[in-house]
Amino acid sequence: MNILLEVGQAQLGGAIGAGLAAIGAGIGIGQIGKGAVESIARQPEAANDIRGNMILTAAFIEGVALFAVIAGLLAVLTTG
Amino acid sequence: MARISVKSLLVAAFSAVLMFLGTSAFAKDGGEGDHGEAGHEKFDAGKAILHHIADSHEWHFLSVGETHVTLPLPVILYSPQRGLDIFSSSHFHHGEEIHNGYKLDHDHIVPVKEDGSVDEAVKVFDFSMTKNVVQMLLAVIILILVMTSVAKKYIQTGAHKAPTGFQNAIEPVITFVRDDVARPNLGHKYKKYLPYLLTVFFFILINNLFGLVPGAANVTGNIAFTALLAVISFIVILFSTNGHFWGHIFWPPGVPLPVKLILIPVELLSIFIKPAALMIRLFANMTAGHIVILSFVSLIFIFGQMSTVAGWGFSPVSIAFSVFIFLIEILVAFIQAFIFTNLTAVFIGQAFEGEHHHDEAHGHETSKAH
Repeated sequence: MNILLEVGQAQLGGAIGAGLAAIGAGIGIGQIGKGAVESIARQPEAANDIRGNMILTAAFIEGVALFAVIAGLLAVLTTG
Repeated sequence: MARISVKSLLVAAFSAVLMFLGTSAFAKDGGEGDHGEAGHEKFDAGKAILHHIADSHEWHFLSVGETHVTLPLPVILYSPQRGLDIFSSSHFHHGEEIHNGYKLDHDHIVPVKEDGSVDEAVKVFDFSMTKNVVQMLLAVIILILVMTSVAKKYIQTGAHKAPTGFQNAIEPVITFVRDDVARPNLGHKYKKYLPYLLTVFFFILINNLFGLVPGAANVTGNIAFTALLAVISFIVILFSTNGHFWGHIFWPPGVPLPVKLILIPVELLSIFIKPAALMIRLFANMTAGHIVILSFVSLIFIFGQMSTVAGWGFSPVSIAFSVFIFLIEILVAFIQAFIFTNLTAVFIGQAFEGEHHHDEAHGHETSKAH
């Protein structure tokens, strides 16, 4: 009975962790998008440079969010 | 007029959703009959998904009823105690049979004694041609064929003629990597690193795209594969460092002394963490994409276990979502190849940054401090 409880808790923790990471990534990349779009609006000639930097920075944040997703997956799928 | 039609569309959509949910709620009563007819064990979505994204010694293409279309791949084992062993993985019969003293335990080859228990004294190195290896070699062959044919065209017609045929598809991508990835980050030394950056970009791109084909192996979602790519990038980055770089690692400029002492171990760790992040980023993106697609398809079977009507009724929704995610995954395949290449170029550029750039930066910093 106790073992079942621990497995359930591990899976709950993993799932909630992955969800929180998704919230974090959403907020972060949303702010990058906001900054990028506002900068392009201020100076349309720099659109290409800004777009490159935006994608690069978004990839960094997505990498961190996916670290958390992998941790969540490990918590859910490796039982015992 | 437009508002009314949108509202009626929403009403129709919500009614349809409620109808589907309603039928699946009632369908639970008819569940036992279907189980009796099917006669197989419960569908474990987690295990099925993990099996599909993992490596395997045989290539399973599809199953029609009881017939499985699989391609058994060669198993190549070397053990210092037992020597070289090469045979087809069909001898293992899905882990039931022991062959030449080896047994397949959960897709893992272990050396066993005659009675079937694990033989601790024997160390075995597994060099088999697994699914991932075969697909990677296929990608290598396609990459070499494509690139040599494009290069031959240039040798024949010269570099000043307009590109024709397949060159038209490859040349913009190569110039993109040269002008938007290599030159901005590497300055005047970009020509030295361009072969490596182009190889990494196209290799990751081709393996990503192959992995998306249904029935293919998940090569870039294999952490060993991405780890090796990251190690190679790490070696390239290390070989392009200069004394200036190491000076900045061990004595970070522009910060007060206590912060310097805290930053030194952080900077040392960052040398290793940056390629590690490259590895995990590519692995996690590809594996997560595959898991999402497989989950949407598994939903059909999960609903189908409740009742076959729910399974069939949910199929269009699931297939629509899967197609949508497939399109996003094609975009992610390109983006991840670009990001790996771009970040490698950024790190190489950081490694051999010259002194004059830093003096300019110091000048700016001191003027800002006032």
